[in-house]
Amino acid sequence: MSGERYERVAFAVMFVAFAAAPFVIYPAFGMQLLCFALFACAFNLLIGFGGLLSFGHAMFFGMGSYLAAQASAVWGLPIEIAILTGAATALVLGVASGFIAIRRQGIYFAMITLALAQMVYFFCLRAPFTGGENGIQGVKRTKLVGLVDIGPDHPVAMYYFVFAIFILAFLLIHRIINSPFGQVLKAIRENEPRAISLGYRTERYKLAAFVMSATLAGLAGATKAAVTLNASLTDVYWTMSGEVVLMTLLGGMGTVFGPVVGAVVIISMQLYLAELGAWVTIIQGGIFVFCVLAFRRGIVGEIEAWLRRRKT
Amino acid sequence: MRGNVIPAPDGGARGQAPSGIQSGMNTQALFGQLLIGLINGSFYALLSLGLAVIFGLLNIINFTHGALYMLGAFVAYFLLEKAGLGYWWALAIAPVVVGIVGVAIERLMLSRLYKLDHLYGLLLTFGLALMIEGGFQHEFGSAGLPYSIPESLQGVQNLGFMYLPNYRAWVIFASLVVCFSTWFLVERTKLGAYLRAATENPSLVQTFGVNVPRMITLTYGLGVGLAALAGVFAAPIYQVSPQMGSSLIIVVFAVVVIGGMGSIMGSILTGFGLGIIEGLTKYFYPEASSTVIFVIMAIVLMIRPQGLFGQR
Repeated sequence: MSGERYERVAFAVMFVAFAAAPFVIYPAFGMQLLCFALFACAFNLLIGFGGLLSFGHAMFFGMGSYLAAQASAVWGLPIEIAILTGAATALVLGVASGFIAIRRQGIYFAMITLALAQMVYFFCLRAPFTGGENGIQGVKRTKLVGLVDIGPDHPVAMYYFVFAIFILAFLLIHRIINSPFGQVLKAIRENEPRAISLGYRTERYKLAAFVMSATLAGLAGATKAAVTLNASLTDVYWTMSGEVVLMTLLGGMGTVFGPVVGAVVIISMQLYLAELGAWVTIIQGGIFVFCVLAFRRGIVGEIEAWLRRRKT
Repeated sequence: MRGNVIPAPDGGARGQAPSGIQSGMNTQALFGQLLIGLINGSFYALLSLGLAVIFGLLNIINFTHGALYMLGAFVAYFLLEKAGLGYWWALAIAPVVVGIVGVAIERLMLSRLYKLDHLYGLLLTFGLALMIEGGFQHEFGSAGLPYSIPESLQGVQNLGFMYLPNYRAWVIFASLVVCFSTWFLVERTKLGAYLRAATENPSLVQTFGVNVPRMITLTYGLGVGLAALAGVFAAPIYQVSPQMGSSLIIVVFAVVVIGGMGSIMGSILTGFGLGIIEGLTKYFYPEASSTVIFVIMAIVLMIRPQGLFGQR
């Protein structure tokens, strides 16, 4: 029961912090935080609760971003439909790549997802619609469902739109984890042969988890395209896959709030250290090494462990 | 017309020669791409060989492999620039230097992770790769540094149907020699027998009085030494640049998934085979040349998930 209380308090803290954020930080920066927090939560759904380490989640983030940008800039669809188009693209890509990737586990799964994502990257580099190195520019953002102006001149209104997407997706992930489906997923993570012997078709569960994670990652990418009004190759490159792994690892793999904290820390660091250039990469690598060697629970994982120790 | 060339390259080429300049130029382009394919195949084979040997004993996938390949090329560059020691010195010194770096990485960091989930080894080596590549990018920027072909290997041979640069012939020859020496070492010597036994059951081998931890350390050193050797081979062909390893390693991961990490010979055959297929694709359908290996990976995973030479 106390675990439930902790979750409620933590959720309230997160909700209030993000709701108040546009009065403290630039809304544009706040929206970046929300998009990457959502991306990391989607990734965490797979590694934290399914035990599958994907090293290719940039393909969903990037393709979601590209198709949302394409839908808005070229097809002229309203922004909310464009975002859904991006998420739907990631869903389809998730089914196709998940079908291939779940055939192997562990390290192989990581290598396969990385390779598939690289294939998608080369596709985006070559395909005419993505604009190659230039990306897709000219995403148009006017009125949300024809009512609320979320155009570039109204960043705070747009912030709360992104905030709403994030909170809804976060609650959805929470619901998935605590559903019977989520319990089976945890059973598979802990002991797959036993789950099979209990009669679960584990590959279907893993594929479903993979597709959900992919779709939400695509939603994050699509939202980011709506925020920044463009889509580019960096969103689909392998470094992006690495970054989301880093956010989740630093925040705490398998914790509900860890990815959010990790995303906030990493994205803030990138902003404040931007002028240091390649040093950002070196520091990120250093955080990886430090987390793996001495900080495997991550920030939120350590806090939760501390709370548990205090109770007993 | 092209169809005649594929099944019997030699006969086809001779048969084409009298029929006109046009087809003669085509065959030259075809053999040019085949040569590039063989060169790339040499690098795939050398790198996947190292990955396979390391994976066999340490059960980790060494993400740092690409960065250490790059480091090998940079050691060759430094030897020439700072110490005036040429290519042949670099061939001997670079693998040793990188091997020592590898021994340090294994002793100081990787050895702490063997009891944990193997994914942590992947995450750690990924972080190390970011640090090494970021560091070199900070120092040397993204532009490549030239490294010239040693004098004794300059010049070309006219084979009648194509011109064969001496250096490229040397790289293919030397890679084959190194690959088969490694195969011989692992599969046909007493040391290799210990190695294979330790792969099967490390604690039993230790009971027999073999120092398994030292063997693990040296194996890692040997594996990354092979990567460094590939880096020195690559230096005169591609330029020496901080990013030369990162995109290559992802392709090598796909090669490893296709071959399966079961056997040394499997790695060699898959590496060269895929290099040749990639070269042929560059000739017949250049648009797909950067993705063909990933497509093959997807197909292999559908038909034979454990890889061509892998055991379940």
